[in-house]
Amino acid sequence: MAASETEATNAILMSGVKFAWSGAPRFGMSIAELAVPAGQTVFLLGESGSGKSTLLSLICGINQPEEGRIEIAGQDIVPMKGAARDRFRAEQIGVIFQMFNLLPYTTALDNILLPLRFAPERRRRCPDGRGEALRLAKALGLPAALVERTQAAALSTGQQQRVAVARALIGQPQLIIADEPTSALDANAQAAFLDLLFEQVQQMGATLLLVSHDIRLAERFDRRLDILDIADVRREAT
Amino acid sequence: MILLRLAIRSLFSRRFTVGLTVFAIALSVALFLGVEKVRTGARTSFADTISGTDLIVGARTGGVQLLLYSVFRIGNATNNIGWDSYQQIAARPEVDWIVPISLGDSHRGFRVMGTSAEYFARYRYRGGRSLGFAEGAGLEDLFDTVIGADVARDLGYRIGDPIVVSHGLASFTEHDDKPFRVAGILQKTGTPVDRTVIVSLEAISAIHLDWKDGSKSANPLSADAVRALDLAPDSITAAMLGVKSRMQVFRLQRDINEFGAEPLLAILPGVALQELWQIVGVAESALVGVSAMVVTTALLGMAAMIFAGLNERRREMAIFRSVGARPRVILGMLMLEALLIALAGALLGLVLLYLGLVVARPWVDAAFGLYLPLTAPGRFEASWIGVIVLAGGLVGLFPAIRAYRMSLADGMTVRN
Repeated sequence: MAASETEATNAILMSGVKFAWSGAPRFGMSIAELAVPAGQTVFLLGESGSGKSTLLSLICGINQPEEGRIEIAGQDIVPMKGAARDRFRAEQIGVIFQMFNLLPYTTALDNILLPLRFAPERRRRCPDGRGEALRLAKALGLPAALVERTQAAALSTGQQQRVAVARALIGQPQLIIADEPTSALDANAQAAFLDLLFEQVQQMGATLLLVSHDIRLAERFDRRLDILDIADVRREAT
Repeated sequence: MILLRLAIRSLFSRRFTVGLTVFAIALSVALFLGVEKVRTGARTSFADTISGTDLIVGARTGGVQLLLYSVFRIGNATNNIGWDSYQQIAARPEVDWIVPISLGDSHRGFRVMGTSAEYFARYRYRGGRSLGFAEGAGLEDLFDTVIGADVARDLGYRIGDPIVVSHGLASFTEHDDKPFRVAGILQKTGTPVDRTVIVSLEAISAIHLDWKDGSKSANPLSADAVRALDLAPDSITAAMLGVKSRMQVFRLQRDINEFGAEPLLAILPGVALQELWQIVGVAESALVGVSAMVVTTALLGMAAMIFAGLNERRREMAIFRSVGARPRVILGMLMLEALLIALAGALLGLVLLYLGLVVARPWVDAAFGLYLPLTAPGRFEASWIGVIVLAGGLVGLFPAIRAYRMSLADGMTVRN
């Protein structure tokens, strides 16, 4: 038990990971070691095309490495079967994209509730899903009427991103991954957005891994990494 | 349930393309079920036209042909039965009753039928119902007629109105020297009787007595003069008869078919109807086949529509994947979508069918004498709607598999 306790103190642990994409152009990535302790907020600097999408896909268990270990909350996801990995991602990870995070044809509320459909553990943690969704939305500055009645497509970009945060946070997954979540926002909105995100993540004690090309965002994070330092990317033009 | 709600909302957000697809499926389903309704309607309508008659006797011809011209007033007799032969058959001990029929003349597009007074007592339709009078009574005077409900309605006849019978079915020669009088109007039956002008057999003889070789004589007999003459006919078109015991039907039929004096044909109406269905069956199958193809086309159109939308929905699939949905969920969502479209189409089709039936029923009845019963959708419709919805789901499998592959390849990366 003690061993797994210590292992679990790392929210993310990657070691000896080698990934190759067989399509054209050929593309490979290897990560010798990356450890993110639980509860840490990590800024990962990466230009677009630096391989950050691949790295995030590996952490989320959407892409499979050829070798190596990828542990999330102490569990190696590499040997898992596809369905188990999807389920694991649903339970453990909340994801925020750059933009267009939401299903446009339904309400913000439905969008926030969606992960609970695939994550029974998270559902158990908030039996009143609707109440929890509205609470999160309120904490993120979204009025209940807007969340319940307005179609996601009708929300402003800033509002959409905050709904995406609520969706990532509902049911308290321990790892939040954000891929350029502020790049569609203006400078003021960026700061406000990050304030809200940090507040919620810290309240939950979750780990935050945020990827961005914008170094100005980096200062408030516990730790700053450059993707070029942790990942070795090979690329062949065809 | 959230997935079903999302599928419905997603469809609703694309309501124009989805609506068109649903409408196409609805039309095809209405056509398919409509063809079946007309088919069964025609069958029952035909089967209901004659009831309680054991044998129909006519000159030797095809069984179906005899049935068609004697009962349904479709086509013409090529030959007649001699009155002597008729009387010989009538005298047979097996015969319980016999009613002669004489066709050939018309009145403003409606066929005129000469028969005996017993016709009104013996003719049965729709499971044994007898003819009833809406107004007036039966044939009493020589120049009395009883007209069917449609004749009365279409021509606006009342009791006592005069009627002039035309010679033949489409001629300008009128028996205008011997006008008839409307003595009775029958109740609606939903059979060819509604479109028939019934006169006595003697009246048919009377209006033709002074005719020679199919044209009017130069010195016609007056209407009063013919009353004094012998009006027994030389020949009739056909006869309907009932036997005392059904066990005797086949022997009587064989005897009539081997009748010595002239070539005759006796048919069992039910058997002749079966023969008719066999002939018509090919056309029916073709109709059913074509309408099934139309349904298939509409379902393929739906698959094409879903296919066409897949690329724009990669973002949506990536979102589903990011919250932990397995690719199988994407597959299921798209099949659910196809099922919902097919279901909506099938149900709307049913609505269209019944709307169409309500609107077209009186017209079909008037134009084709085809009575389409307005029955609630039953097991037949339910099972076909089930089949169509399942087929929709199956067709939806193709775009669903494509989406499944796309979501496997894309993962959470979204290409715009």
